[in-house]
Amino acid sequence: MTNKMTALLAERGWLLADGATGTNLFNMGLEAGEAPELWNERHPDRIARLYQSALDAGSDLFLTNSFGGNYSRLKLHDAHKRVRELNRMAAEIGREVADRMHRPVIVAGSMGPTGEIMEPVGTLSHSAAVEMFHEQAEGLKEGGADILWVETLSAKEEYLAAAEGIALAGMPWAGTMSFDTAGRTMMGLTSSDMVDMVQSIDHAPLAFGANCGVGASDLLRTLMGFADENPRLPMIAKANAGIPKFHDGHIHYDGTPELMASYALLARDIGATIIGGCCGTMPEHLSAMREALETTPRGPRPTLEQIVEKLGGFSSDSDGTNASPATKRRERRGRRRGAASE
Amino acid sequence: MSDEQEDDIILAELDDDELVLQMHDDLYDGLKEEIEEGVNILLERGWTPYKILTEALVAGMKVVGDDFRDGILFVPEVLLAANAMKAGMFILKPLLVETGAPKMGKMVIGTVKGDIHDIGKNLVAMMMEGAGFEIRDLGINNPVEDYIAALEEEKADILGMSALLTTTMPYMKVVIDTMKEKGIRDDYIILVGGAPLNEEFGRAIGADAYCRDAAVAVETAKSFMSRKHNRAAEA
Repeated sequence: MTNKMTALLAERGWLLADGATGTNLFNMGLEAGEAPELWNERHPDRIARLYQSALDAGSDLFLTNSFGGNYSRLKLHDAHKRVRELNRMAAEIGREVADRMHRPVIVAGSMGPTGEIMEPVGTLSHSAAVEMFHEQAEGLKEGGADILWVETLSAKEEYLAAAEGIALAGMPWAGTMSFDTAGRTMMGLTSSDMVDMVQSIDHAPLAFGANCGVGASDLLRTLMGFADENPRLPMIAKANAGIPKFHDGHIHYDGTPELMASYALLARDIGATIIGGCCGTMPEHLSAMREALETTPRGPRPTLEQIVEKLGGFSSDSDGTNASPATKRRERRGRRRGAASE
Repeated sequence: MSDEQEDDIILAELDDDELVLQMHDDLYDGLKEEIEEGVNILLERGWTPYKILTEALVAGMKVVGDDFRDGILFVPEVLLAANAMKAGMFILKPLLVETGAPKMGKMVIGTVKGDIHDIGKNLVAMMMEGAGFEIRDLGINNPVEDYIAALEEEKADILGMSALLTTTMPYMKVVIDTMKEKGIRDDYIILVGGAPLNEEFGRAIGADAYCRDAAVAVETAKSFMSRKHNRAAEA
């Protein structure tokens, strides 16, 4: 499929995505517990400023302020009847900002997880999840998003439901997951599982990858797991700028711009072509990343040791894939159904 | 499938030791009906509800918790195991009350205001229950007033708060600060958790401990409770 993003990617070779939304909005006065999506209506000027700050720092692509804009999440703020319009506004503000730029930039409509567990382990049905993603996708499409951007997912079922909902809206998309639990997603998906999954989807994403999670080192290890599978699709890396610390009533992530610049180069050396940050990534981080990517030629794939040396250690010993020895389930006495077949 | 043929374990034919070990395996595999059956068999054999709780269920959930902590089991498996444990608890609960079994402590738990995520919080609640604690689960989106009201109503020992978002985690500090203002902060053990948190954050907002996962939450709660008991004994 040709799309504005794939065209730009083909032309440029790599794209710089954006940084944090929540952390930046806090600095603009968002209060803990407040729904950021409501600001699309209440403070469109601040949302425009957020988008603009990423572009001014050199981003080629930014995500809209709609991460929690699905039915299930907005219900919490009694705004579940406004899914479509709040998403439309998020994209409209983005469209306006993008169209004022004198270079091509991509408006990516952010779609986060529903926050619920899907059947059979949980209660959210496939059809209900598809409908939630579909509704949000229609709003973002209406507001003029170039592409939809699913992020921070942890369940395979939910990723597939998002793909289906987006297909119903007829939009191109990209989708990343969060690998934050001993190298896997919270629901146990490994990096290689994700590659298998994205390549099996009918309405396939234009790119896939990892975002958020524990820290930049872990995210790069996940990226190496993707690369080992020789995926056909472009890879996305969006890591947090270090870990959150609390200073004078503010959340502050401890990763420096220099650290994020090193991370960006390492991500590209592993093979990611769409590189950005997640929580804690401010405009100054993005500028440093842009400069590093522009002034440094691509290097050889780093080793895990080199990653540790440059960015710090991993949160767990193994990356949770089958290739790693640490993840064997315990020896069972049992002879029960299904359980014995490992 | 050869597995099918091997499926025929008759729980009632196992001796007590074998049955308890089998129940640990069945918890591990999230087999709810088998756990219910095992609990009933042990009751018929004259086991006290408390002995069943500790030796069959709590000990079994400890294995699940350890493998969760070590990245061997993940959320779906742990949820299934916890559901099986809950089914066993459902039978034991009224009997535990009747027989006046010892209590581990009481915890009020909930996800903070603005945050809908309850997966991790539910896991902690279930694992704590599996370890013998009493739980009052306030669900999601809790303002500070709800936490404080529940703590006072329940005469709880522990407050557990969860947040999954960068945008909601600072609210934990709002809760703790309000408790300080009211002079009740030190009446409770405060445990916090959630994906974006870390130990330093927990300390900075004034919590007693950050718990990386449900298994750690159980261990931390136990150690704080035993210290609390020791202090009470000295006083």
